[in-house]
Amino acid sequence: MPQLIVAFVTGLLFAIGLVVADMTNPQRIINFLDVAGAWDPTLLGVVGGAVITAAIGNLFVRRRGQPMFAESFAVPMKELIDRRLLLGAALFGIGWGMAGYCPAPALTGSAFMNSATWIFLISMLTGMAIFSWRFERPAR
Amino acid sequence: MASAIWMGLLGGVIMGAAATILLLMNGRIAGVSGILGGVIDGEKNDRLWRVLFVAGLLVGGLLMAKLWPERAQLVVTSGVPTLIVAGLLVGFGSRLGSGCTSGHGVCGLARFSMRSLIATMVFMAAGFITVFAMKHLG
Repeated sequence: MPQLIVAFVTGLLFAIGLVVADMTNPQRIINFLDVAGAWDPTLLGVVGGAVITAAIGNLFVRRRGQPMFAESFAVPMKELIDRRLLLGAALFGIGWGMAGYCPAPALTGSAFMNSATWIFLISMLTGMAIFSWRFERPAR
Repeated sequence: MASAIWMGLLGGVIMGAAATILLLMNGRIAGVSGILGGVIDGEKNDRLWRVLFVAGLLVGGLLMAKLWPERAQLVVTSGVPTLIVAGLLVGFGSRLGSGCTSGHGVCGLARFSMRSLIATMVFMAAGFITVFAMKHLG
């Protein structure tokens, strides 16, 4: 039960962060990626703030032998740089640049009653389902 | 523009805090494509927390749209075919590459994972090239 409450609350908190940072606005993402146009550096601030906070958090959390409400940490240990990682990241990046949406902002932004976000979200879920149906799950 | 960066930094700190709490309490990584993917193809007894995390993302969006209506007003210039192709690529690619902006770009970099660093550089480069091609070449 505590695990489920934590999952909901952290999802909620993550969404608040996304909206505060305006990452739910695809135009801001496209303007960040448009280095040859009117470049918008906001995403750098977001990544900087999130990575530094999570890195400091990580240092303290990983000193514990186990998480508070689970038996062990489910952290990927894989180190292999394979074709799957590179191809997946490239396809993801192309789609991200095309419309300015990635998974978390598409979910949170779908609460904004905007049909473009809904179309993207449905296609994204379809893309994930195609992966699940066509490929086995990646080894962890 | 300067205030946008500060809001970005603040939002980023909130997201980093959420990721830290999820790791501290549940031992899980706040990678949204992985969490969502597990709703679709994960094991049954590992699914409910994922559904609740996704529900939190949605309820957070509803809450923020109430508190800050201007932020929820989006101007999306992409046409329907672009949105559909982009969605398919983001969904499929994030699963194939085992992560997206949150899993690789935030949590992975915060753990100093080489895999996540490479993935982040690849999707950033792909994003830069795609926007350049669409805005300045076509």
